[in-house]
Amino acid sequence: MASTTSKSGFRQGVLAGLPFTVFAIPFALLFGVVAAEAGLDAAQAMGFSIVVIAGASQFTAVQLMTDNAPVWAVLAASLAVNLRMAMYSASLQPHLGTLPLWQRAAVAYCNFDQSFAVSSARYETAPEMPVAAKFGYFMGVVTPLLPLWLIFTWVGAVAGRAIPDWMQLDFAMPILFLALVGPMLKSLAHVAAAITSVIVALALAGLPSGTGVLIAGLAAMIVGAEVERRRGRA
Amino acid sequence: MSYSTSQIWTIIGLLGIGTYLIRFSFLGLIGSRRMPLFVLRHLRYTPVAVLPGLVAPLAVWPAATGGAPDPARMAAALVTLAVARWRNNMLWGVVAGAATLALIQVAR
Repeated sequence: MASTTSKSGFRQGVLAGLPFTVFAIPFALLFGVVAAEAGLDAAQAMGFSIVVIAGASQFTAVQLMTDNAPVWAVLAASLAVNLRMAMYSASLQPHLGTLPLWQRAAVAYCNFDQSFAVSSARYETAPEMPVAAKFGYFMGVVTPLLPLWLIFTWVGAVAGRAIPDWMQLDFAMPILFLALVGPMLKSLAHVAAAITSVIVALALAGLPSGTGVLIAGLAAMIVGAEVERRRGRA
Repeated sequence: MSYSTSQIWTIIGLLGIGTYLIRFSFLGLIGSRRMPLFVLRHLRYTPVAVLPGLVAPLAVWPAATGGAPDPARMAAALVTLAVARWRNNMLWGVVAGAATLALIQVAR
């Protein structure tokens, strides 16, 4: 039955991932356009989206390259933006750690904000899901997202400025993430962690990009765990 | 931009490798071993600890207004979170948040 559960997990994952395409398409387009305007050719823009697949750090890298920053500075700042994914990796380990190495390697490649957010929300409500179904779910979430991310990076890089900036899609991602977090706020510890995260991230917004959210995340995890320790698990 | 082609591909390659190692880290190296309870207790809060902090600056100082504080986006963010929590449903939160942003901007 393992393959059946994996398949149904995959289907559920695809459905859960679909709303995020609303955000992935304009984000990818925008990256392609910005990369083209910075002077990268279409192959280099695609190189970023295939090899790095981490939108925020790609924008950081291209922005610094536009400013002719030294190579090491481009790398340091962009990697700092991605450090939060170490927390995602640690958080997925209790759910997916028993998978064979190649499957864990595949999850790692696809471990970005959207896939982590959607999958961990699901794992939290159904921790008893078999690990094969959890893997299927994760891969399902990325299945509609990954091809669109690549295709629209290419479209943006080739079409360049021809893309009009209609619609306020800049706020699609915050709304989707907050809507995902809402149902997770089921105990005082979760609420305390979320509030800590917002306050610390806003207070540290002036730090180099990626650093603030990293510290905010660590502080919020400590607060959540401490509230849980004192009050018992809700 | 004044990089050579090989410098550009070096940036892409090293950023890709570094990012992959960050993502693989715990998942790859710890594998099926159980982490201590103390660590698990912290990891339970990863999504609610990281995602609000990731989007909070985008809601308070959005790029669309050139970084000026925007009450419309802040209101939309709070409505999204509150409705998603209240209905225990992501889609209701998205609908309510998007409607809030659209209404405030039409009303202006």
